Amino acid sequence: MSTASVLPVSVSSTARIRISRDDITLRSGLVLLITLLVIAVVFPLYSLLSKSFEDMDGEFVGLQNFREYFETPALFTSITNSLGVAISVALIVLVLAFIYAYALTRTKMPLRGLFRGIALIPILAPSLLAAISLIYWFGNQGVLKSWLLGASIYGPIGVIMASCFWVFPHALMILITALSTADARLYEAAEALRTPKWRVFWTVTLPGAKYGILSTGFIVFTLVITDFGVPKVIGGRFNVLATDVYKQVVGQQNFEMGAVVSLVLLLPAVVAFIADRWVQRKQVALLSARAVPFQPKADPVRDWLLFAFCAIIAFIFIAMLAMAAYASFVTFWPYNLSLSLKNYDFDVMDGGGWEAYYNSIRLAIYCAVFGSGLIFLGSYLVEKVRGIMWLRNILHLSAMLPLAVPGLVLGIAYIFFFNHPNNPLGFLYGTMGILVICTITHFYTVSHLTCLTALKQLDPEFEAVAISLKTPVWRTFGKVTLPVCLPALLDVGSYLFLNAMTTVSAVVFLYSPETMLASVAVLNMDDAGDIAPAAAMAMMIVYTSAFFRILHAIFSNYLKRRTQIWRSQ
Amino acid sequence: MPESKQTYLHIENLTKYFGDFVAVSNLSLKIFSGEFICFLGPSGCGKTTLLRAIAGLDPQSSGNITQDDKVISNIPPSERDFGIVFQSYALFPNLTVFQNVAYGLENQRMPKDEIRKRVLDLLELVGMPEHTEKYPAQLSGGEQQRVALSRALATSPGLLLLDEPLSALDARVRAALRQEIRSLHERLGVTTILVTHDQEEALSMADRIVVMNHGRIEQVGTPEEIYSTPASPFVADFIGVMNFMQGEIFSSGTVHIGENSITCETGNTKDGHKVRLTIRPEDILCHANSSSDQSDGTNSFPVKVESLEFLGSFCRLILSGKEGFGMLKADLSTQQVHELKVTQGTRLTVEFPSRNLRIFPEIS
Repeated sequence: MSTASVLPVSVSSTARIRISRDDITLRSGLVLLITLLVIAVVFPLYSLLSKSFEDMDGEFVGLQNFREYFETPALFTSITNSLGVAISVALIVLVLAFIYAYALTRTKMPLRGLFRGIALIPILAPSLLAAISLIYWFGNQGVLKSWLLGASIYGPIGVIMASCFWVFPHALMILITALSTADARLYEAAEALRTPKWRVFWTVTLPGAKYGILSTGFIVFTLVITDFGVPKVIGGRFNVLATDVYKQVVGQQNFEMGAVVSLVLLLPAVVAFIADRWVQRKQVALLSARAVPFQPKADPVRDWLLFAFCAIIAFIFIAMLAMAAYASFVTFWPYNLSLSLKNYDFDVMDGGGWEAYYNSIRLAIYCAVFGSGLIFLGSYLVEKVRGIMWLRNILHLSAMLPLAVPGLVLGIAYIFFFNHPNNPLGFLYGTMGILVICTITHFYTVSHLTCLTALKQLDPEFEAVAISLKTPVWRTFGKVTLPVCLPALLDVGSYLFLNAMTTVSAVVFLYSPETMLASVAVLNMDDAGDIAPAAAMAMMIVYTSAFFRILHAIFSNYLKRRTQIWRSQ
Repeated sequence: MPESKQTYLHIENLTKYFGDFVAVSNLSLKIFSGEFICFLGPSGCGKTTLLRAIAGLDPQSSGNITQDDKVISNIPPSERDFGIVFQSYALFPNLTVFQNVAYGLENQRMPKDEIRKRVLDLLELVGMPEHTEKYPAQLSGGEQQRVALSRALATSPGLLLLDEPLSALDARVRAALRQEIRSLHERLGVTTILVTHDQEEALSMADRIVVMNHGRIEQVGTPEEIYSTPASPFVADFIGVMNFMQGEIFSSGTVHIGENSITCETGNTKDGHKVRLTIRPEDILCHANSSSDQSDGTNSFPVKVESLEFLGSFCRLILSGKEGFGMLKADLSTQQVHELKVTQGTRLTVEFPSRNLRIFPEIS
């Protein structure tokens, strides 16, 4: 029966129940959110698709643009370049992050908390920061240029190195989750059977983390292939799909070709997305509720070996950040190494000045506030409305869609959709509004899933009880659901804030002179050769993100302590 | 108790599909005012589905429900009159015990001091007046379920629905709470439906039991009726322990099992019809093996003790006998076991008293 009661209400039901006022409110909410998501994701993607079949005058030309694209050898090599870089980074990061995550979760290695914190640093910075830092280390005037033995950092080497840096935390977080959910009973059974340690690793640890590893591979691959900040800054003449899109659209104003390249870029992202979803579904049943959490035991040799490994990685991470920070204060690299704030005097430089920085903060706050509210509401409707399964499924699918769309593609799709002369929403074009919409949409899915997870932990019968007590649904939402889910809501807000601060990919196509953003300013100043101010602006983003992160941690802790009394078992 | 026999809840031809699966199939039932009813059955039998249809939480696919002379099957759950308690308690974790119980009252715009009085009365009623400011996580399972119960009763609903309320509790707490719910019901007289898969719970608490299987009602009756005169082999098997023997009607009043002839009431089942003959383990009488092998009494047969299981106040013997009997279970008081000196391998004579034998025609 318990299985029967979770199934959807049959469509074949003949009896009609009059719907209550609450039901009407909730269903209207569902329809409203679906409409918003359709406008924010589906329509723009449709515009993009139709644009790729048109010529410059808007005439339908079928596959003409695609033919042209694949016949241009320079553009075609970008595909192999992109794939090569993305696969290399995925493999390198997978190995490094797995060992790192293993050390953090399965050993008694000292300073685990510190190592974890250091590895998450890149999240605070735009992907460009890594590339800028590498230029200072290994570039033409870099301090360690000789270490490359004559090879140039401007090209695949630089792109791969910088990409490894900024995607590392993303990989690490998934792998930590995958490795934390171990069932101690399996290890006890293996030990009781006198299994050698390496065999336990191959037969228990690795299979247990299998789906996490696959998922990581897909996500890293997608992040790298769709990122254009890093190849833009350090790629030199090494072209990849993402930079092609940027060049076609921003450089040559060839929107049709830009649309074609975007679609080519969308393909691997969609494949990775589907594969990842498939993997995630497989993972669900892996850990039963009865599992006993795994408690690692000390093993000095292993622990210290892993400590050395983590120390090296952590050192590199700090070196990357420190170089950018140092360079941002150097008056004139490499001739005048005295420290000054000259590079932070953004107002005397091209790139938007301090206004760009304030715009970024504004964007981040809007995204955090409106985004988390809207997304939480959406996930609540998906999870808690009774009946009309099909409508809830549509909302859930719409919420999952943005994950498959690279920011770059979303940005271009927004140009086509919102800049279309017949679009009544055209007034948004060039405003802060479109940047907020685009950024919330871009990061919608992960936030949606976070809220959904939190909501799923609530007893599904809360709503039934509230109904039996004749309480309107909004009262239970406000008095119970929201307070209990507040930590998750704060996480989502913080996630949106950080991403809004650091993102480049989508917004680079949508900003106007009045809405210049800090992350875009980094890109533009680097482009103009002002690499030190670019480093300074990137560091401003890091300081701000770090400050916000600390604020979030303090508040979360306070909340945790205050509500501990009812959260304790 | 239903002396007046006034119908309070009337379910007519209720059917509920989940996709292609029929969870409740064309079910009709009358529940009387003030009655304590148990829906009893194995998991998947449709008992919870039926309860949720009554509440309107999972509306029926077709059929009618009338509560207190008002058709309720087409109105939303928020307009129906019921209180509900779940297996998971579903207490709001961020609200105190007091706030939980007051939750429904606050919505009725009741004055504050009246709410206070009502909540304290209710908590007193369920025997936990001192925990008002605690949070659910600080209470034991049994205490949480008491709070859930008083929350459901706070708004004085006409119908109390209990969805496996005791299943998550350990045995001792469960037994205590069983009695308390029962006496609470006797004091308040609210019509109550309890869903359970635990037959002991149903037998000890219910005025009437509705035994369900595959979305249908197998039998409705008082606990005594259900136990002593099961209406179907399913009920016979599901409630308590039952011995089943395959046989055939030989003539009116006589059933053949293999080569053995057994005398019992055969009703109007036709000669030659295949039947299942049933008897409860405690109804089988055991005697010391008489020296004359072929026994003298009717329905008496020699058996051998294959094993015996000590179950506290009594012992359950597993007996092998003549062909067709299969393995029989017979319950003997510990004292009898000593008197008959029963051990593994002991040979005994069993007797099946005719009045305790029931037959069920085999449906071909």
